[in-house]
Amino acid sequence: MQASRAAAHETVLDVQDLSVTFRTPVGPIEVPSGVSFTVRQGETLALVGESGSGKSVTSLAIMRLTAKAPYAVVRGRVRLRDASGFRDLLLLTDEQMRRVRGNEISMIFQEPMTSLNPVHRIGDQIAEAIRFHRDVTPAAAQDRALELLELVGISEPRKRLASYPHHLSGGMRQRVMIAIALACDPKVLIADEPTTALDVTVQAQILALLKELQARTGMAIIFITHNLGVVAEVADRVMVMYAGKIVEQADVGPLFARPMMPYTAGLLRSVPRVAILGERGAALQTIGGNVPDPLTLPPGCAFHPRCLHHQPGRCDAALPPLEQVGDDRAVRCLRWREIGSAAA
Amino acid sequence: MATDLADTRKRGAEPEQTIHVSRNRALHRFLRHRLAIFGALTIVALVVACAIGPNITPFDHLFIDIRSRFLSPLTDAYLFGSDEMGRDLLARLMMAGRVSLTIGFAAMVLSTIFGTVIGAVAGYYGKTVGVVLMRFVDAVLCFPNIFLLLTLAAFIHPSMMTITIIIAATSWMEVARVVEGQIRALRERDFAVAAEMIGASNSHIMFRELLPNAVAPIVVAATLTVARAILLESYISFLGYGIQPPDPSWGNMLNNAQQYLNTAPWLAIFPGLAITLAVTGFNFLGDGLRDALDPRLEG
Repeated sequence: MQASRAAAHETVLDVQDLSVTFRTPVGPIEVPSGVSFTVRQGETLALVGESGSGKSVTSLAIMRLTAKAPYAVVRGRVRLRDASGFRDLLLLTDEQMRRVRGNEISMIFQEPMTSLNPVHRIGDQIAEAIRFHRDVTPAAAQDRALELLELVGISEPRKRLASYPHHLSGGMRQRVMIAIALACDPKVLIADEPTTALDVTVQAQILALLKELQARTGMAIIFITHNLGVVAEVADRVMVMYAGKIVEQADVGPLFARPMMPYTAGLLRSVPRVAILGERGAALQTIGGNVPDPLTLPPGCAFHPRCLHHQPGRCDAALPPLEQVGDDRAVRCLRWREIGSAAA
Repeated sequence: MATDLADTRKRGAEPEQTIHVSRNRALHRFLRHRLAIFGALTIVALVVACAIGPNITPFDHLFIDIRSRFLSPLTDAYLFGSDEMGRDLLARLMMAGRVSLTIGFAAMVLSTIFGTVIGAVAGYYGKTVGVVLMRFVDAVLCFPNIFLLLTLAAFIHPSMMTITIIIAATSWMEVARVVEGQIRALRERDFAVAAEMIGASNSHIMFRELLPNAVAPIVVAATLTVARAILLESYISFLGYGIQPPDPSWGNMLNNAQQYLNTAPWLAIFPGLAITLAVTGFNFLGDGLRDALDPRLEG
């Protein structure tokens, strides 16, 4: 996948310094923390990280679906492009935000089995999504629902309009979710691990579908996943998160070829490979240790207790800044130059 | 892995067999519940009898014939006998049935609607709103119903409408509780979050997404409410605060029959039997529905 920068696509989403502070009985937790990124038209940004890294919360914060203050306080700027420039979504009223959700920004989830309402027909659910944001007759909405079902590759779409969710398999339900998300031609689609719960073959189909739809509509996709194979397949740019902060940002090719942050390198190394003759029996590579508890983050770089290149006195002294490297890369590591090109 | 969309469509088109089992399963379970069938049939019989009966019996329920007082059942055309004024008991019974069943049903509709709205709002918003509303429900529940009913009935001139409203006012709490529990649980489900995701408003999510998923317990609560309402109407009519003679109601017929218990017991037996059949029928129906619609018993 080559980053398609030939055409100067404009930025549709500009997130600056986003952080969410949760109030818990044991103290405040700030995850994500100081996250900034941009997404362009037609571009796929992958958000990679382990559980607890803050990738899902980031997307919920963009959609303003986190718990309300004071349980969760969202800070920063989330600027979405519209006809006349940018609008900060965090400053909108609830009513205005409701008009943005499903309309300009859409989201699809991990669990297609439970994301559809069991007592409504598929056609009605898609039509509902349309009628929230467009003033059309129910019949017109049903027609558009039919178009969308065809667009996402569901067989016998007319029959499916009248089906209930329990008539459909997981892969088909996920396609329906995509249809609902795309109903109003959003500028940005946030896909939160959309294929994690699906079979591998279905996964491939869904990913292919998303790429095809992106090419057709030019929407930006933020793809949240912990699966680097999927990242390689769909992403143009990658953002790696750890303990709520961005630790590396790069175009997908350079990231895989030359990861700069030891955590990224560790992630790439730990992807299991089909053994070549003679290599059987080799141990699986892991990153030792565990993801830190957000309440008691290690001092300095949060990854240092698990890092192979940890330098006491330096890495645990102060939080490394997110350093720009060239035009398109950023890395949060004090030692990236010294570590050199550690290709997986 | 350059799969073009045509191939994707072909491979993704698993032939899905439409599964209709879940609908029939509920019906199937219901039909196995013998008491529920008995209940349902009883109610249907009562409703039909009370609806068309008074139009086909030989006697009008208000027709007074002193010469035919206290006839025991099966005398001439008086199938259930006659009362102290010579009125045909069967005709009066069926006329009374219209009143009692109508009040029961109407009170159920009112209280279910009110209880559902309160429960849905309390369950959906939770926190302060939920707590305040549910404590209000608890407070009303603590009130001794009969006393409340009687007090209200003493102040308001009893008519079918006022009695319906009064009974509804004391029957909505159970439904509210049931709905609150259901909505509170359903609110966390993925499809509720997904609905928020596509920009649905709060009231849309409450009433069009969540509530349709909670229909089963509401239906069960509603059937049991009808039973209770019929019983309550009989109580207050029996005590003299409900439907006033000469309009018949099963309750005031019982009241009337008290003084003639030794000489003409059938005047008490038949209305009592009618009340028992109606209440039991609705209770069995409710039980059957509860078992049939319980998703946990699925498969």
